[in-house]
Amino acid sequence: MNKTDKPLKVYVAVSARFDENGKISPLSITWEDGREYHIDRILDVRRAASLKAGGAGIRYCVKIGRTETYLFLEENRWFVERRV
Amino acid sequence: MAAEGGGTFMERTIFHIDMNSCYASIECLHRPELRDKPVAVGGDVEKRRGIILAKNEHAKKYNIKTGEVLWQAKQKCPELVILPPRFDLYIRFSRLAREIYAEYSNQVESFGIDEAWVDVTGTQKLMELGGEELAHEIRNRIKFELGVTVSIGVSFNKIFAKLGSDYKKPDAVTVFTRKNFREIIWPLPASDLLYVGPATKRKLKGYGIVTIGQIAQTPPETLQKWFGKWGLVLSSFANGLDTSPVARTGEDALIKSVGNSTTAPRDLVDEEDASIIFWMLAESVAERLREGGFMCRTVQISLRDNELFSFERQVRLPTPTFLASELHAAAMRLLRAHYNWRRPLRSIGIRGTDLVPATTPVQLNMFENPERQIRRARLEMAMDDIRRRFGHYAIGRAGTYVDPTLTQVNAKDDHTIHPVGYFKAV
Repeated sequence: MNKTDKPLKVYVAVSARFDENGKISPLSITWEDGREYHIDRILDVRRAASLKAGGAGIRYCVKIGRTETYLFLEENRWFVERRV
Repeated sequence: MAAEGGGTFMERTIFHIDMNSCYASIECLHRPELRDKPVAVGGDVEKRRGIILAKNEHAKKYNIKTGEVLWQAKQKCPELVILPPRFDLYIRFSRLAREIYAEYSNQVESFGIDEAWVDVTGTQKLMELGGEELAHEIRNRIKFELGVTVSIGVSFNKIFAKLGSDYKKPDAVTVFTRKNFREIIWPLPASDLLYVGPATKRKLKGYGIVTIGQIAQTPPETLQKWFGKWGLVLSSFANGLDTSPVARTGEDALIKSVGNSTTAPRDLVDEEDASIIFWMLAESVAERLREGGFMCRTVQISLRDNELFSFERQVRLPTPTFLASELHAAAMRLLRAHYNWRRPLRSIGIRGTDLVPATTPVQLNMFENPERQIRRARLEMAMDDIRRRFGHYAIGRAGTYVDPTLTQVNAKDDHTIHPVGYFKAV
């Protein structure tokens, strides 16, 4: 298990914009401690599995500040991979 | 593998794609902490129900077999992690995989939840890719997008494609061409061929035939003498002459039969016991038939006694049905005709097969009042409605409450999914 013993799959609350064509763009993520992170850019969107966290869905590669991270939409829930 | 010969004849390129250890792989994907452990998916250990449905590579090392009862598997490997099945999750992955296949062809024929044939003859030409390259592309996409592995057989007919996906796995591609099949396929054991089960294998062995090549080289007339029509089918399979097309089927076609079976909380000793369990099973099967918009033409029961001897019997109904009362009556008739209660029964099952759409016109029976059947249908649909709103146990048949220890079977959630038969889809 990882150092923190917390699950590596972290479900998060996401605010997103649905455009008129049905395209979904995540705008911000609320982390488990309640802090909200604004998404500055979406760099890439594709279907992908997360071997690290365990799951599969649509993977958004997003830029938050200077950090790039993956945000997954799995059916109707969003998750990120915990950094350990 | 490209087009061979001239004129209108075009050599087909058919893939058979098999998701390796499907249920176990999907579970391991979702539980990273279990990936290095022996893992199997199976029924409930506590309630002594169920069998191994799938196992991962680590569990295979312990010789854990699909279909084995759970305690036996635990004996072979005490640290085996057994997870309850989550069919909704597997169906989701099956759908996602099919969406990928559908990008390459409109001929995608599912064979159960974890296997599919895909005819890529046209696509391959358009993309100017060899069959093998295209297969690797799909294999890589599944691994990247779904996080599980597939093995793909590439060939000019469905039977050899299926053999190919079994030949090398996991995460592999095998190509059988007209040039190499005699060399590679013919030495394989006869039982590797689709539909050569234990009985056929035994019979073939009795005639001195143990490899696919020997089947291929036996004159078809001889095989026909031994096996009837099947002999000719076997001969064409072994010689690569199967020409059945890859059907265009959707999600619904996954369902060939609707069935339920259960190991009773205690052994069943008489007809009354069996009747109670058959009611629970018949209701769940009927409810699921109605949900799916099907009626069944044939009812099959499976019985297993306390020495684990099991057998199945079936009967064709005069008219198709989706009513629990009719399924139950048929099951009881079969039971009375075929079981003598020398030993108590441990598990029993009902299955409705030969499905037809519920909208199929029905030939009315001159000797039965159709009004009664309509009233029974209304009654059962009203029960569905009550259960949907207030839960499964909100309403039940009085007969099933005779012995409360037997009625704790929630048959509907214990459902099994049966793959499509090869000839159904043809």
